Amino acid sequence: MSILAFLIQTLRIATPYLFAASGGVLSERAGVIALTLEGWMLTGAFCAALGSFYSGSPWLGVLAGVGGGVLAAALHALATIRYRADQVVLGIAINLMSVGITRFFLRLAFDSSSNSPRVPGFDWAGATEGNTTAGLGSLLASFSNPLVLVALLSLPTVWWILYRTPYGLRLRAVGEKPEAAASVGVSVARVRWLAVLGAGAFAGMGGAYLALEQHQFTDSMTAGRGFIALAAVIFGQWEPKRVALACLLFAAAETFQIRLQGLQLLPSQFVEMIPYVLTIIAVAGIVGRSRQPAALGRVTE
Amino acid sequence: MRKLIVALVVLSVVHLALLFIEPAGATRIATGDGVDVGIVFDVGGRGDKSFNDGAFLGAERAMKELGARVRFIEPGEGSDREAGLRLLAAEGMDLVIGVGFIFSDDLTLLAKEYPGVKFAGVDYAVAMDANGKPVPPPDNLAALKFREEEGSFLVGALAALVGNSKKLGFVGGMDFPLIHKFEMGYRAGVQAVCPDCTVIAQYAGVTPDAFKNPGRGQELGLSQYQQGVNVIFHASGSTGLGVFEAARRLGKLAIGVDADQYAEAPGFILTSMVKGVDEAVFGAIRQVQDGTFRGGIFELGLKERGVNYIDDANNASLITGAARERVEALRAEIIAGRITVPSTK
Repeated sequence: MSILAFLIQTLRIATPYLFAASGGVLSERAGVIALTLEGWMLTGAFCAALGSFYSGSPWLGVLAGVGGGVLAAALHALATIRYRADQVVLGIAINLMSVGITRFFLRLAFDSSSNSPRVPGFDWAGATEGNTTAGLGSLLASFSNPLVLVALLSLPTVWWILYRTPYGLRLRAVGEKPEAAASVGVSVARVRWLAVLGAGAFAGMGGAYLALEQHQFTDSMTAGRGFIALAAVIFGQWEPKRVALACLLFAAAETFQIRLQGLQLLPSQFVEMIPYVLTIIAVAGIVGRSRQPAALGRVTE
Repeated sequence: MRKLIVALVVLSVVHLALLFIEPAGATRIATGDGVDVGIVFDVGGRGDKSFNDGAFLGAERAMKELGARVRFIEPGEGSDREAGLRLLAAEGMDLVIGVGFIFSDDLTLLAKEYPGVKFAGVDYAVAMDANGKPVPPPDNLAALKFREEEGSFLVGALAALVGNSKKLGFVGGMDFPLIHKFEMGYRAGVQAVCPDCTVIAQYAGVTPDAFKNPGRGQELGLSQYQQGVNVIFHASGSTGLGVFEAARRLGKLAIGVDADQYAEAPGFILTSMVKGVDEAVFGAIRQVQDGTFRGGIFELGLKERGVNYIDDANNASLITGAARERVEALRAEIIAGRITVPSTK
């Protein structure tokens, strides 16, 4: 029972990581640094809340979230691919901008730059007023968002794209040696555009999960989850399978931290560090030297 | 090069155009003839349905009843907080209110810098000198503090009486002394009616961002409910909306904070520990208008009706008669000074 609860909580916490990390793998394998995952997610979360609020349907909200992520990614692609801006600097700029822009439009829409009103989400019919669900029922109730299942399929999808489609082959070639890819007639810019837009869609869905799970948008609600996803991409050495494991590991560490804090054996400031210390140890020690896509971050013609 | 220039021109035109867009409801230049008041909100901002909205309610009442002209600023990240206060002070407002402990140092500084402007700090944290004696705020600064521990004591007792479980939950925002007041009061209240009950207390983080992480709040809530807790009291700003989400999902109960949060999850909110933020803000504005404003430290507890818990038509069915009697008896004891509620860890 409690192991099952632990696993389900881990899956829920891992969901935004899995989505964002899928985008991260796609974008970075094509040679575009995915520092912007955080900003794409935040934009996605905001658009999802807005879409769900005005349409009344959480599925349209997810669609709007994906659209928001794609839009933010298009801006990134335009600047880095078309105008060859520095990917790191632009990444930071887009992250900062998305915090400001979501607050601005939140204020326009709802007269508060901090919180949206309650929006429709994926509600579980079993939990109604006064109906105290117990045991297995309460576990299922805490696991009612269909996006969790979609998240589990996201990295396998990326794996399939990378290794089982002609586009995936081109994408990997562009990320390793763009000049060679170009010499056999592959359009580097087009491959990268598609990869970045796809990454935005995944990250936007991660944001949509956060907003719809909460039935609300709160400013900066992604709270660094995009960066943790990026760490998972690096920790997983840009391999979809390993990245998926990394996401689950980070989520398990966070779940462990929540449970440990409940026991009150250690001060919360200390417990709070656990996932991050684990990240540092994992990235620095266990993985050893990681090899990134050769053309990552490089500006090419 | 020409493209770059075109792009820059377009961007500056867009920028200029945006300056003329007025956010819905941003214009609050009330035509009243009362005092000019500036309010800067805390982390969590308007729409948090608790603390900040309480301040907003108080200001709105002052606009209606006193004709006060109120300007609001919702700061974003850290540094523009002080800038917001300074802007309002420099504009010659009659009263500048900082909503939240986070403004304490800035308010002290600005009150000295602008002796002609009156300041009020809701939840103002009084600084201590080297000997542990409180440093009194400047004469033109009113520190409006609440004895949250007393209200938390009552909701703790209530939660233990109607919770039907030996385990009670608490979710705090940032792990620091102001929120410890809620936790300690709650614990004491639980112990007062149920000595063998335990309280699981968890915090969402150690930075002010912990007040706006509903995702974390939901996970904390779900894990506590699954450990057998039936009632969770939250003191965590927007993070608490995640706790309500967890209660809604599992059909358990939660206790709101600062304002009546019943509407956030009807049927799942046992009660709310309310702070009279609206009353305090309204009071400060009225005092400035009457000319009776004075600086100093004002502590509002159960006796002054600065804190309370909600018991109205919405949630009366969740509170049993016996529990109500017991809690009211405890209230009388605290007001009479027979029970002293702890406020620090």
